[in-house]
Amino acid sequence: MRAGVVVFPGSNCDRDMAVALKNAGAEVSMIWHKDTEIPTGLDVIAIPGGFSFGDYLRVGAIAARSPICQSVIRFADKGGYVFGVCNGFQVLTETGLLPGALLRNAGLKYVCRHQTLKVTTTNSVYTGGYSTGQTITVPIAHHDGNYNLPADDVKKLFDQDRVAFTYVDNPNGSVADIAGVLSENRRVLGMMPHPERLSEEAHGGTDGKPFFANLFDQFVSA
Amino acid sequence: MKARVYVMLKNGVLDPQGAAVQHALGALGFDGVSGVRQGKVIELDITATDSAAAKAQVEEMCEKLLANTVIENYSVEIV
Repeated sequence: MRAGVVVFPGSNCDRDMAVALKNAGAEVSMIWHKDTEIPTGLDVIAIPGGFSFGDYLRVGAIAARSPICQSVIRFADKGGYVFGVCNGFQVLTETGLLPGALLRNAGLKYVCRHQTLKVTTTNSVYTGGYSTGQTITVPIAHHDGNYNLPADDVKKLFDQDRVAFTYVDNPNGSVADIAGVLSENRRVLGMMPHPERLSEEAHGGTDGKPFFANLFDQFVSA
Repeated sequence: MKARVYVMLKNGVLDPQGAAVQHALGALGFDGVSGVRQGKVIELDITATDSAAAKAQVEEMCEKLLANTVIENYSVEIV
């Protein structure tokens, strides 16, 4: 598996993401935001967490308009696999690759804690390593994770089995407890929790490991 | 000329910051505030001299960057 991790000014989970991907067996290249083309031959692109461009204007808004993101959009439009964690999720909603938007947490506070999630679907390369309904614990750390989407669209997401994870004990006011969503073709994922932060024993838990292990398996057998 | 852009969360989108401001106003003894919505104002200095053209240009900026029309409404004023 060949993976690329996009690095914006203000990204701060890019190296954690690269380590998690490498530990799963991937060959990882870092992609600077000013690059206009993504390296050829990538299987998957990760948009990491952080505070891209200082979260100015709106979270993820400036990053979503950067040159590299136009290439990421083209990559996804051609059927490429892209996932975004935390700020990466915010960026992906701002590009329009994923529906909805992430607003200030309902409690107005930055929330940093271990969060229990329910795996809502296993029908994706990202969640196939879990079982449906399984609860896992993954760290969250965000101020703007309140997922917002009109009620009709929420229903559509559930009807199409595109909700990847839901929160158990909603930390941020997200509609329908949604913690992660998939695109219509199931190849683009956005999620607020950080699987890369709990993916090896030294982290104190490995509930994030199956995320990366399954991703790797998909592209090795392909 | 100057353009002023007002960006507000759409009606129906929960505005926790506005709610917190409303609560704080009540705590300070300001009665009779039945709602607070918080938005932002963006001022732009633009070189266009025709105000209709300037407005059209700024509206395009709003669609492409300044507002996220999934959750926000905007209005443009040429000053």
